[in-house]
Amino acid sequence: MSTSSPPPSLYAAREPVFPRRVKGTFRNLKWLIMAVTLGIYYLAPWIRWDRGPNLPDQAILVDLASRRFFFFWIEIWPYEFYFVAGLLIMAGLGLFLFTSALGRVWCGYTCPQTVWTDLFVLVERWIEGDRNARVRLWKQKWNARKVRLRIVKYIAWVVIGMATGGAWVFYFTDAPQLAVDLVTLNAHPVAYTTIAILTGTTILFGGIAREQVCIYMCPWPRIQAAMMDEETLTVAYRDWRGEPRGKPRKTAPHAGADAGAELILGDCIDCMACVNVCPMGIDIREGQQMECITCALCIDACDDVMDRIGKPRGLIDYLALTDETAERAGAVPKPVWQHVLRSRTMIYTALWSAVGIGLVWALFARPQVDMTVAPVRNPTYVMLSDGAIRNTYELRLRNKHGEPRPFQISLTAAEGLQVGLEGVAGNTVMVPADAVLQQRVYVVAPARSAQATTDSTGFRFWVEDADSGHRAFKDTVFNGKGQ
Amino acid sequence: MKKKPEKQEVKTTGHVWDGIEEYDNPMPRWWLYVLYATIVWAVLYTIAYPAWPMLSRATPGLLGYSTRGEVAADIQTFAEANAAIEAELAAVDLTTVAPGGPLADYAVNAGASVFRNNCSQCHGSGAAGAKGYPNLLDNDWLWGGDIENIAWTINDGVRNESDDARYSEMPKFGVDELLEKEEIDQVVQYVRQISGQEFEANLSEPGALVFGDNCAACHADDGTGDRDQGAPDLTDAIWLYGGDTATLTETVEKARFGVMPAWGQRLTRAEVNAVALYVHGLGGGE
Repeated sequence: MSTSSPPPSLYAAREPVFPRRVKGTFRNLKWLIMAVTLGIYYLAPWIRWDRGPNLPDQAILVDLASRRFFFFWIEIWPYEFYFVAGLLIMAGLGLFLFTSALGRVWCGYTCPQTVWTDLFVLVERWIEGDRNARVRLWKQKWNARKVRLRIVKYIAWVVIGMATGGAWVFYFTDAPQLAVDLVTLNAHPVAYTTIAILTGTTILFGGIAREQVCIYMCPWPRIQAAMMDEETLTVAYRDWRGEPRGKPRKTAPHAGADAGAELILGDCIDCMACVNVCPMGIDIREGQQMECITCALCIDACDDVMDRIGKPRGLIDYLALTDETAERAGAVPKPVWQHVLRSRTMIYTALWSAVGIGLVWALFARPQVDMTVAPVRNPTYVMLSDGAIRNTYELRLRNKHGEPRPFQISLTAAEGLQVGLEGVAGNTVMVPADAVLQQRVYVVAPARSAQATTDSTGFRFWVEDADSGHRAFKDTVFNGKGQ
Repeated sequence: MKKKPEKQEVKTTGHVWDGIEEYDNPMPRWWLYVLYATIVWAVLYTIAYPAWPMLSRATPGLLGYSTRGEVAADIQTFAEANAAIEAELAAVDLTTVAPGGPLADYAVNAGASVFRNNCSQCHGSGAAGAKGYPNLLDNDWLWGGDIENIAWTINDGVRNESDDARYSEMPKFGVDELLEKEEIDQVVQYVRQISGQEFEANLSEPGALVFGDNCAACHADDGTGDRDQGAPDLTDAIWLYGGDTATLTETVEKARFGVMPAWGQRLTRAEVNAVALYVHGLGGGE
């Protein structure tokens, strides 16, 4: 390499990628996953779930205004955000698990970027034709047909983008009502803005940027290298079987060092099928590389070619690095389950399960009736006209039921302390459905009683749902005036 | 993953240092354009919004935006949103406000805010008062502790220029030489007796007579006071200035003249009602 040549540009224009249509096992699996994930995304907000008259009947609802998250029979309050944290931890560990076992399987099959790009490419193919037609269209000058096809394509993309952004907002409010409001232009501007932004980003990422999101924007391809090892199954090319590649009819010897010698070609016929179907625009035969999302479409494409030329399938296949060593040595590679079941993946699975079991336990163990007690410390106590000492407590009574419930406040302590509620006769207060009620509670120790004349006395507040008998308690202290 | 260098044909930039070549993995060009776009955006932003610091203030920006203006607009929005309930609160008969209802909830929260701004300077942020400034948490009231009397006291104040103010004045028994020093000592011991404190029996016995002649007119024969005149109950455990002998002596000699402004002249009716409901709900309300 000479140093005198002019320095190349530090920036490169994008090489357009025109993935060819492909059929096969992995393509079918990807169609299935696309149908299921998109189906869940678009339809989930429309599922109804009866929770009684006081609560919304949408099965999955992120109610930001009321600060509630509903998921079928589960209702999450803001203070229970640890469920979301736990789910995120599970998602992280799940990614570790799948990446260590199967490489970038998340990227290749289920990542929204991949799914939506697949959808956009599918629509593009329907409108503009398969790879060759699209390449021709790309290269040709603008004419009426090209303009028409481009317009139709962008209209279709905008429809997909709007459907994507539109489905998103339905998760945050009552979907049927919002649908009516959106159509009649009565919805909140935030809804329209959100849809507009998500429409734009969907088209930008799925239609225009596509593989560049994975290559230049996503941090995950960089991180996951730490989770992969020589037992990880990734999409790879059996170059020991395929090389030297060449068209089968071209039996003429190569010019070069071995000139004159008959060249024995490998199984790869250099048909470029694997390159043409690749949504990332790479050549898998160059080995595992950063751009590869292991979508396995090259496996389908190559298997199809191998079938047609009568060679065994699997020239491109899910392989681990140890398989390469074994196969080059002539040994039989390990079966898939031996790659997947190893201590690393089992530790990930155990961690994932532990968090999951913890969350499920927390879900069923959490109380329906609860309270917090904040003693008023300004002042620490009040002396009443008869010399009695009174302490004040702010109780936050939490009723997670779908209907109002009577909560009875009591306390356990040595003799003498009496409890009273501000603004309420007796010790029972109605707490509205699915709400927290802040109640000011007074505890009085008679003049010259033990509690009134000591600095502080511990006692326990009890709250009982008079309807169901569920109870909860909190320990706190009573401050006397001392000696 | 292990790369297979023998198969890679990565371009190099052509730079070689001691045999080390630099790979050329160029950034996408649009990435550069995004950088340029953010620079343009930043320049336009500093033109549109307050940005560049000048000698006295920053450049105001073409859009005329200011954070103060935003706060003012927010306050305006909330004031408009609360206008209806404020009007209801100003006109309501306070005895009919249901505890826990929406009006009471609003009033108590608004009243807490009014209290912290206007009342806490004397009565304390926790309403526990101080010497000379009544504790609003207990069940002892000079002028009455039901909601209407509390609202009246707040609205018109105590011993001020307002026509409707609470007014009473205790004679300066010592300064004005209405009582002898000995009589004052006697009546002080009598007051300590009726309030259940330690007392000197030889003084309190004649003190009862002094009390009956000079104090009972306002503080009642049994010393339980008279709310119509703001005369404190002298038999309970609560003292505005103090129940020890020295303080009681000072009170009888020089009298006390605690003053509270007529808040109705400074606050809206709704604010007075709100803070009345707040104080009433602190534990001592009757």
